[in-house]
Amino acid sequence: MTLTPHAMGTAVPRPEGPEKVRGRAPYAFEHPAAEPLYLFPVQAAIARGRVTAIDTSAADALDGVVLVLTPETAPRLSDAIDPDHGVLQSAQVHQHGQYVAAVVATTSETAREAAELVRVTYAQEPHVAALDEDSPELYGPDTLVTGAPSDDTRGDPDAALAQAAVTVRATYRTSMEHHQPMEPHTTVAVWEGGRLVVHEATQAVSWTRQTLAGAFGLAEDDVDVVAPHVGGGFGSKGGTHPNTVLTALVARAVPGRTVKYALTRQQMFDLVGYRPATIQHVALGADADGRLTAITHDVVEQSSRIQEFVEPTAAFSRGMYEADTRRTSHRVAPLDIGVPTYMRAPGEAPGSFGAECAMDELAVALGVDPIELRVRNEPEVDPEEGLPYSSRNLVACLRRGAELFDWSRRDPTPRSRLVDGWWHGSGVAAATFPVVRFPGSEARVRAARNGVAGNGSGAPRYVVEIAASDIGQGAWAALTAIAADALDVPVERIDLAIGDTAFGSASPAGGSSGTTSWGAAITEAAERFRDKYGDDPDDGDAADATTPDNPWAGEYAMHAYGAHFAEVAVHADTGEIRVPRMLGVFAAGRIVNPLTARSQFLGGMTMGLSAALHEESVLDDRFGHVVNRDLAGYHIATCADVGRMDVEWLDEDDPYVNPMGSKGIGEIGIVGAAAAIANAAHHATGVRVRSLPITLDAFL
Amino acid sequence: MKPFAYERPDDAQGAVATVSADPGAAFLAGGTNLVDHLRLGLATPSTLVDVTGLTSTEITDAPDGGLSIGAGVRNADLAADERVRARYPVLAQALLAGASGQLRNMATTGGNLLQRTRCAYFQDLTTPCNKREPGSGCSALEGWARHHAVLGATHEPADVACVATHPSDMAVALAVLDAQVRVLGAEGERTIPLSALHRLPGGEPSRDTVLAHGELITAVDLPPSPIAARSTYDKVRDRASFAFALVSVAAAIEVVGDTITDARVALGGVAHKPWRATAAEEALVGAPATDDTFRAAARAELVDARPVESPRGGTAFKLPLVTAAVTAALRGLTGREEHA
Repeated sequence: MTLTPHAMGTAVPRPEGPEKVRGRAPYAFEHPAAEPLYLFPVQAAIARGRVTAIDTSAADALDGVVLVLTPETAPRLSDAIDPDHGVLQSAQVHQHGQYVAAVVATTSETAREAAELVRVTYAQEPHVAALDEDSPELYGPDTLVTGAPSDDTRGDPDAALAQAAVTVRATYRTSMEHHQPMEPHTTVAVWEGGRLVVHEATQAVSWTRQTLAGAFGLAEDDVDVVAPHVGGGFGSKGGTHPNTVLTALVARAVPGRTVKYALTRQQMFDLVGYRPATIQHVALGADADGRLTAITHDVVEQSSRIQEFVEPTAAFSRGMYEADTRRTSHRVAPLDIGVPTYMRAPGEAPGSFGAECAMDELAVALGVDPIELRVRNEPEVDPEEGLPYSSRNLVACLRRGAELFDWSRRDPTPRSRLVDGWWHGSGVAAATFPVVRFPGSEARVRAARNGVAGNGSGAPRYVVEIAASDIGQGAWAALTAIAADALDVPVERIDLAIGDTAFGSASPAGGSSGTTSWGAAITEAAERFRDKYGDDPDDGDAADATTPDNPWAGEYAMHAYGAHFAEVAVHADTGEIRVPRMLGVFAAGRIVNPLTARSQFLGGMTMGLSAALHEESVLDDRFGHVVNRDLAGYHIATCADVGRMDVEWLDEDDPYVNPMGSKGIGEIGIVGAAAAIANAAHHATGVRVRSLPITLDAFL
Repeated sequence: MKPFAYERPDDAQGAVATVSADPGAAFLAGGTNLVDHLRLGLATPSTLVDVTGLTSTEITDAPDGGLSIGAGVRNADLAADERVRARYPVLAQALLAGASGQLRNMATTGGNLLQRTRCAYFQDLTTPCNKREPGSGCSALEGWARHHAVLGATHEPADVACVATHPSDMAVALAVLDAQVRVLGAEGERTIPLSALHRLPGGEPSRDTVLAHGELITAVDLPPSPIAARSTYDKVRDRASFAFALVSVAAAIEVVGDTITDARVALGGVAHKPWRATAAEEALVGAPATDDTFRAAARAELVDARPVESPRGGTAFKLPLVTAAVTAALRGLTGREEHA
């Protein structure tokens, strides 16, 4: 079915906003507990080897220490878990910073002091932590993390490149990056009888439950995971990491006591995932008119030796433009470091840097406007699947952005505009992100005409329950609007409840899938409810539904598109870089809540700005860990780095994607943003920087 | 984190006596650096002696026409002082270029001078560092050394090598202003020129300053300085705000006709101490105020420079950057429009 929008498309304020502003919305660590205990870990000081001895005597003797767990004393976990989750299960060390012991004490200060008193002796083994594209250990994975094949070749791109009128061949590099949400990863765990109750900073209460049930050999029903409010995630809170398993493991040893563990900012660089560094070899071949005859995008990237994660870097190049021939490939370097994970637009974010900078280089080589070059290579049908598009408005985004950015007045000559000692230039890049629908979210709609939620006589209220997650993106508001439209009532009559496995299973806040997956389930439940009870239900009437399959899947290719424009200024003497203006124009279906959607797009663009100019986890391969391990060393963009940021979206009426007509918007804002800035920096200075972040040394 | 005693003596003399008598004691002022060090396990004092309120929080006019700044004056208040802004703009600018508004509200004048290097390896207990653990080696020499020194560092021998930089912006401005630091010790009061307060690492990189344990900074005196009325602090960094300097330039210049008659230059982000660029100053005075002169002066200062040649990011880029930043700063002060 397709919903008729009433609340959707209007500015719905966050229902949880007032509580958050007053500091009354509980985040995981703030969950109250009687006499909680505090965990602090002991972390490996080597990158690879074995723990040969752990002396806990000084820690044990400290007042307030309740327990020190080591691989020798820790409870056993199930064998059927990811290697990364096997905390304190063996003496092997596979990364610097790995948990090798844990202290629980009555105060966090005591736990930390005691952890420093634990003496660990190692047998160190040689490790490899540098990303080296000539490494003999490189291998071709079976699939990307998305499940798509690692390599894909159509036609003979090498032959096409050899014959192309114009070619661009370049190597692009992107950095290892860490997520760093304001709220650190946090777990509050207690075992009550045979049940495990966890308050967790997570984007996915159900996935967390599944992982913990598996690790401890429990039925999923015996694990509760609660996360009504989460202070940012960016992907690191999608999967479950060793910190969560460790806290639950330690809590198991002190049954009935609540154990709290919030990571320090430094620990956020060790154990909760990161975006892997990539080396991207991109080649484009075109005829004299600028029509692509070949695209190759061959990637070498980091992963962990103990657990594979293949960033889908080149996937961006599979569907973006028409081309006669094409090759995408991924090779992985297994390193003795932590396991990478999803980070906002995994694949698209780094991959669009290489691909969209290469398009700019091709435009320069051809003497064609970079917008026009993209228009000339606009596909009729999706090049990857051969399917027609449910809607594709990349060209409209480029055209509208060009209008807003005065693109027609741009002199394409690089290094031609010096203003007050700064070289100015402008750049463009395209963006895309797929419409993702995860199966299996359970929604329930229940009428409430009595008690706290209803008044018994007036119009019914509706309690809508789903184990969705709001990590700041605005699920509370968006799902309230969708439920209101699905039930054809005003938003004031909806009482949404999310972030708790008590409401069943749900897919994560990830892959820009939340609104689609959860919204489709809520819509289905509402439809069943209205079919059964009409518009005047009795108190307690309820209907359930699980995310339905999309009947149009396999018939249409479904993606959101966008265009980024950036103005960059580079100081003529010192090479300092500023971005006076950024503009993003997006075509992403119906925008469910313009209030929070604007923040989503802006947030993505800001993260792209940050990737372009700042973000780099400096992995010192001699030691095997990130050394700029705090927010003074790991730079994230500040307001002073950018001037004006504008967001606009185009109205799209897409009946195929889901009942709301919406496409995901959580990630597309970052895709291509760094390329637009790099392209603008080239236009400003004539210097082509092919490695992120772009720093002033490039222009000296 | 180690438990510590916390003491609040009645006066500065009492604080000095307490710390002087106890090798494990440390002064606590704004705490913006020390509290981080406590958390990291980098500082493990047995006693913290809080000097808040024990040194002056006033900025007073000195009889000679200068200013006296109490050690307890917060960075935010110093930056906002009308006299500082009018008579010593380089100092106000340097303060505002440092840290964040929140940190400047806490950080004190004395504490700012005594903050320690932000070298990643110094702050990481798992990596060798001669400053933190004498004799253990310098991880930065072949490590991530983007923020490290090009002047006055110790590259060898390995057991004393140190290429760390002093992170303060304020101190660079004070160096160019010929500030004097008043210090109270168990033996009484003494005055140290700002440029002699901080040390080069030499053979003893664990020591940042010439202060003895227990000596407390009580005030910073600024002499009158007509040239300072036309002064600037230009900070070049990887992020437009809330980042340490890659290179900073504190400068003041006097030009009569086309000729430079007086010049003061100090550099930040290049050495273990705020670096007064005396060779550059000598090259400037008497020369015409042109970009060529400014560049030549910067290069004169860099004659003995030695960058960190690290495979993981060294400081070779700072040589052209110092030249560019000095040139831009002096050009800005002389109000000319000429560009590289």
